[in-house]
Amino acid sequence: MPDQIIFGMEVFLNGLMAGVLYALVALGFVLIYKASGIFNYAQGVMALFAALTLVGIMDGQVPFSHLINAVLGTDFHHFGWHVHSLLAIILTMAVMVLLAWGVQRIIFRHLVGQEPIILFMATIGLAYFMEGFGDIMWGSDIKKLDVGLPQGLNGVIDEVTYNMFNYGFFIDNLDIVATFIAAALVGVLVIFSQYTKQGRAMRAVADDHQAALSVGVSLNFIWIMVWSVAGFVALVAGIMWGTKSGVQFSLSLIALKALPVLMLGGFTSIPGAIVGGLIIGVGEKLFEFAIGPLVGGATENWFAYVLALIFLVFRPQGLFGEKIIERV
Amino acid sequence: MFYREAGDFKTTYVDDNQTFPIKFDRYRYYAVLAFAVAVVPFFINDYWLNAIFLPFLIYSIAAIGLNILVGYCGQVSLGTGGFMAVGAYAAYKLMTAFPDVSIFFHIIIAGGITAFVGVLFGLPSLRIKGFYLAVATLAAQFFLVWLFNRVPWFYNYSASGQISAPERTIFGHAVTGANVAPWVAYLFCLFFVIVSAIVARNLTRGSVGRKWMAIRDMDIAAEIIGVNPLTAKISAFAVSSFFVGISGALFFTVYLGAVEVGEAFGITKSFLVLFMIIIGGLGSIFGSFAGAAFLVLLPVLLKNTLVTGLGWPTDLAAHLEFMIVGGLIIVFLIAEPHGIAQLWRVTKEKLRLWPFPH
Repeated sequence: MPDQIIFGMEVFLNGLMAGVLYALVALGFVLIYKASGIFNYAQGVMALFAALTLVGIMDGQVPFSHLINAVLGTDFHHFGWHVHSLLAIILTMAVMVLLAWGVQRIIFRHLVGQEPIILFMATIGLAYFMEGFGDIMWGSDIKKLDVGLPQGLNGVIDEVTYNMFNYGFFIDNLDIVATFIAAALVGVLVIFSQYTKQGRAMRAVADDHQAALSVGVSLNFIWIMVWSVAGFVALVAGIMWGTKSGVQFSLSLIALKALPVLMLGGFTSIPGAIVGGLIIGVGEKLFEFAIGPLVGGATENWFAYVLALIFLVFRPQGLFGEKIIERV
Repeated sequence: MFYREAGDFKTTYVDDNQTFPIKFDRYRYYAVLAFAVAVVPFFINDYWLNAIFLPFLIYSIAAIGLNILVGYCGQVSLGTGGFMAVGAYAAYKLMTAFPDVSIFFHIIIAGGITAFVGVLFGLPSLRIKGFYLAVATLAAQFFLVWLFNRVPWFYNYSASGQISAPERTIFGHAVTGANVAPWVAYLFCLFFVIVSAIVARNLTRGSVGRKWMAIRDMDIAAEIIGVNPLTAKISAFAVSSFFVGISGALFFTVYLGAVEVGEAFGITKSFLVLFMIIIGGLGSIFGSFAGAAFLVLLPVLLKNTLVTGLGWPTDLAAHLEFMIVGGLIIVFLIAEPHGIAQLWRVTKEKLRLWPFPH
């Protein structure tokens, strides 16, 4: 087999793995959008915040130490203990639930019934706020996150492909784990929304706010729950990306990666987020591999957007989105 | 007492339709203009110019441009940074290709080129709406920045990948390059600001502006009563990008002088200008100025009080600024969706009766 095709296959596989990670972020968007009609731009920053909090708790950092030191002239940074990663994840989750409550209580309660675009801009404001808040709380230096996930070259795949093509594929263990976790997460979410009382209530709210309200579903509770679930998804995405490339500001930019995924897959569809993620992941890696060198490289920055843009012109609701019907 | 309409009789339609129908407003406007043109240039120094006046003036033009698109026509755009980059690079290419032509025309033409690019990226708005469109404009942002970063023709094959403005003069005074007198740069930008504001103000209250607002308020209904969505949306994109392009060109030539595209015109710039019009007031020319002034002054004030005054580290002040800006966006969206402009309007309404309660 010619080298180009083998390289292409490796790129394809890596693209699939990257796509899973994109889908993971996109999933958080879809959940909130379906249940509350809010397009949550802050999802990426939530992932960053979750990862920052997780690292902070694990390392026993003093929250706001930077600020306190600056104001009081003291000099302390750590409590001096280390928390086990599992416990830290649970604590972080508690923080994310608290955040969900705060967001719902302080912001979106006051914006009920506003136009979607106003809500969207409010989440941009929220993203900025949380970015500053996270940095003040935990400091803005690049942190290493290690919760014990395997990392590095996967030996088995390397060996098998080497025997087949005389060229070993480089597939990161972390990506494989991420794929499984994403699959599990989607499974859990599907079961949750299909078979539990709260999940059904969530779908009812997504379908029709007023009808759900009239049969006794508490909108307030559902929205807090949805934001918490989205916070959980953000935490998972934050752990994956944080382990991969360190916890730093650029982590919040994964939201920008997830947006074209959403446009492609449709804002309201969980399968759409996954299929869209895979298409974008594979598409941008293959494009960079095939066309990138001809035009100067780094096409990953815009390829997804341009693809989604062209796609939307022909199908404005995305692959799996609900058809947009407009009335006067 | 002094701010009132009583006794200010209008006898012609022209009188009735002027921009500032209330006498006091009109004189205040003339006073501000006179102050800006005739007083400030005598006192301006490098610090005031670079820290406050130039960014304020240039962002005002960008904010007016974006406000036309978002505030008047209802098409949310996150591609402002990319369009500013188009203006900057167009100005750069023109300046280096035609060194004999006045920079004044370069900047105008750069605006025209940006308008054309804006129309190209605005075409999908006919099919895509709401935040689908907002996300789609991000395509323009990322693609344009990448283009200027990677295609050497745009930066004249310079080794650093940066572009820097050569020295150009107007009436014998340098406006770009290293030896610019503060008052020249200030007046040069001020001229563009005043013309842009007047043009924008008159466009938005004429038939074009009413078409934009009809599209904003409900596009299908507008279409039914005879507004052509194609021309309305495309013209909004064109006019908006024209202003944004001019501001990008000024930002590069007069303010920064040398530009690295990802840094100067990245997505944060898009958000910054969007925040200006949200805080200032969507659908208001005055709001564009107010928002630009606010977001230019806020970091300067924070830096002066926190870093210089209290001795905090710079990064802490920067993070705090993020929090404050984000928080303010939310507060304004909740409490006063029409921004500072609306607060100003309410104040004026109160002033008309003051000191009487009714």
